[in-house]
Amino acid sequence: MADERLATMAHLLRRAGFGASRDELDDYAARPYEEVVDDLVNPERFEPLDEDVLERFYPHIFSNKDNPAVWNGRWFWRMVNTKRPLEEKMTLFWHHVFATGWTKSEHTPSMVDHIEMFRQHGLANFRTLLLAISKDPAMNFWLDNSENHGDAPNENYGRELLELFSMGIGTYDEPDVKDAARAFTGWTFEQPLPLYPFGHYGAKFEFRPEDHDNTEKTFLGETGNLGGEDIIDIIVRQEANARFICRHIYNFFVADEPQIPAWSVTPPQDQEAIDILVKAYTDSDADIRTVMKVLFLSDFFKKARAKRVKCPAEFIAGTLKLTGEFREIEPGLAALDAASIVMGQKLMDPPTVEGWHTGKEWIDGGTLTERINFATARVGNPDTPGTRAIIDKLSGSGDPVTPAELVDGVLDLAGPVEVADETRAALMQLAELDGDLTFGSSTDRIKSDDRIARMLSLVVASREYQFA
Amino acid sequence: MTTKGNGTSGKAKDPVLVVVQLSGGNDFMNTLIPYTAGMYYDNRPLVGIPEDKSLPINDTLAFHPSAAPLKSMFEAGKVAIVQGIGYPNASRSHFRSMDIWHTCEPEIIATEGWLAKVIRHFDPKSENPLTGVSFGRGLPRAMAAPGVVATSVDDLDNYGLMTSIEAGQRRAEDLAIFKRMYTPAIGSGLVMDYFGDTGQSVLSGSDLIKVAPQKYTSTIEYAGNPIAKSLRDVARVHTADLGTRVFYTQHGGYDHHAQEVPSHARLLAELTGAISDFWQDLREHDAADNVSMLVFTEFGRRIKDNGSGTDHGSAGGAFIIGDNIDGGLYAEYPSLAQADWERGEDLAHTFDFRGVYGTLLEQHLGLDPEPIVGGVFEQLHPYKETATA
Repeated sequence: MADERLATMAHLLRRAGFGASRDELDDYAARPYEEVVDDLVNPERFEPLDEDVLERFYPHIFSNKDNPAVWNGRWFWRMVNTKRPLEEKMTLFWHHVFATGWTKSEHTPSMVDHIEMFRQHGLANFRTLLLAISKDPAMNFWLDNSENHGDAPNENYGRELLELFSMGIGTYDEPDVKDAARAFTGWTFEQPLPLYPFGHYGAKFEFRPEDHDNTEKTFLGETGNLGGEDIIDIIVRQEANARFICRHIYNFFVADEPQIPAWSVTPPQDQEAIDILVKAYTDSDADIRTVMKVLFLSDFFKKARAKRVKCPAEFIAGTLKLTGEFREIEPGLAALDAASIVMGQKLMDPPTVEGWHTGKEWIDGGTLTERINFATARVGNPDTPGTRAIIDKLSGSGDPVTPAELVDGVLDLAGPVEVADETRAALMQLAELDGDLTFGSSTDRIKSDDRIARMLSLVVASREYQFA
Repeated sequence: MTTKGNGTSGKAKDPVLVVVQLSGGNDFMNTLIPYTAGMYYDNRPLVGIPEDKSLPINDTLAFHPSAAPLKSMFEAGKVAIVQGIGYPNASRSHFRSMDIWHTCEPEIIATEGWLAKVIRHFDPKSENPLTGVSFGRGLPRAMAAPGVVATSVDDLDNYGLMTSIEAGQRRAEDLAIFKRMYTPAIGSGLVMDYFGDTGQSVLSGSDLIKVAPQKYTSTIEYAGNPIAKSLRDVARVHTADLGTRVFYTQHGGYDHHAQEVPSHARLLAELTGAISDFWQDLREHDAADNVSMLVFTEFGRRIKDNGSGTDHGSAGGAFIIGDNIDGGLYAEYPSLAQADWERGEDLAHTFDFRGVYGTLLEQHLGLDPEPIVGGVFEQLHPYKETATA
């Protein structure tokens, strides 16, 4: 059984980031847990990634900046290499919540700016974030606020702002939707410069006072000539907002909740945990950094190992942490986007404004197949750097390794991955096919290397490996 | 249900249902247009289809110009149009409304999809993971229920586990270990059990389904768009006689709050072209007569356009298509009189969608609809009398 301290640290790094190589994990685990949490929630303490290196080494890819696959490949590179893991994780989290798709606009620069906005404000006050998303051109176009006019309101943004982004269904009425929509009339964007010949420019927010409805509105009981900022202020004062956002955070960082449409009728699985987060949210005036710190230090978090199904981005980035790939410059970044798509998650392009259905809904016959095939193909090659590192650790002494040592050693070094007795028994069946591993001759060594890689490929094919 | 498979060995073929979901809320009023009603043009100055462009089927209704293939099928008597389909107190949330259509539960959040119950009925012991097959990303809620195994296929041409290992003894051993790791164990919990079931069904399903692309040949050349690809995949699996009783496909992008005119035209052209090719393909394979297709969407759209598109509305429309269908108009077109509008701005439904499900379940699949749709609802009678039910 895995060392508890190591297992808890690995858990923290899977949730607050995208996992860790074994050497990284050992370094983190040598420090007090609280100190690591404090560093994670203060990413500014660490150097940002130098993306110039990508521009330099991937010129053919980055001359094609209009292709979202390039940017998603770059995002995977960031997930794997960042010194600020929580910054990337919050970015992914808010992308799940404020699900905005490339498909409708096909305007890559605005989607890139949209994601960068989460990177910038991911740990900020929720009011700041909600204002930023309400002014974000990609969101504005996605939910038709650019078509929301003083004399012809379009409800799309007003409705989803309440239903999916801040409060949840059942905490407001239809007239609130209509008046929220009216409050955001005139919030639009300037047409961006075209990519050719000008280059890569996102759209910019623009408020058009002449297109804004200045008549009286009533929203959640408050009446006046309300504008969009007033709507946001009112929302952030609601207990329903604290509960809804904290449940989103719980769902993404602690344990899978039911899908969002069920939240209005299904209570949270751990009401006490939500209450703790809500208190942190309310006491800090909606400061997300404070909430995240409380969360990572809580007992309910530490006990929630393997209570979430990894989303495809976590699965891919976590597997790359294990395999040690893309730590140096190497080809294949854009192919990671293709892999993610077939697992059911095209970054920068969620299927609907509700975002991806998560938890067990990530998994069906097709997506499970894609996950297993992605991971097994990579780790099953003894020359993959992470696989080679595990082989070196297991065979370091040159002494024979028993089947039980093979199974337990690979499970430990791959995570630790904690598995059910039945899973371990199945792996033992494989290990026992050829007896002890020996490293005496080069023939023995090649055969043993291959057996370790094969064991690792079955570990990543296990059910347990699908969980974060 | 005593017959097995849908082989052609003289026995009556088992009925098969193909569902096509139009995601985002298809604008029914612009699909089947009340082209002689002044109110239509008054309320839709921007998205209204000019009278001289629409494709009339009678004195009051016309198809959208891009739906010409569907109009041809309608004129050939293969299409029952269900006008004014919906349910009481329509939700304007895409997700909630789609949930309601998938589970037939307008009041509570249900865990069992209506088609999952159908699959469970046809395959109570989960012996054939291909009893229900969905094409595209993820299994729709309609096909999901605890203990029900259905197959979701994204790429029919490369479906299987550990395909990086060459077929042979090692791969066989690895798949045996995999099978053991995915054996549901007592007390491991619902999610782990679901993973176990899914892994097992991939193992058996991938062995079964790989024959479909190998066996299939056709003279029909489908278009390259997603719905055409999905319906071609349905045809490939259906004609391979693998025992599939329920097929599911989705066509997205119908949420036309803006830029409706060009975008809706493109989608309807893709959709109706693909449906027409699909039925030609089945007929070419003598595999059409036991199939019914349901085309549905989660809601229709607002009567009045918003200057660029239309917002979420209530009543929509559906199509039941098949060679044993007595084509025509079914249920009533929603009243255009302003006094009858739902919420003062939407078309009001005239027929409950659960009655349409009931029609398909009882008259086509031969099942008792009540436990599946959660009650007794008025049915339509779109099947020819000679049709085998």
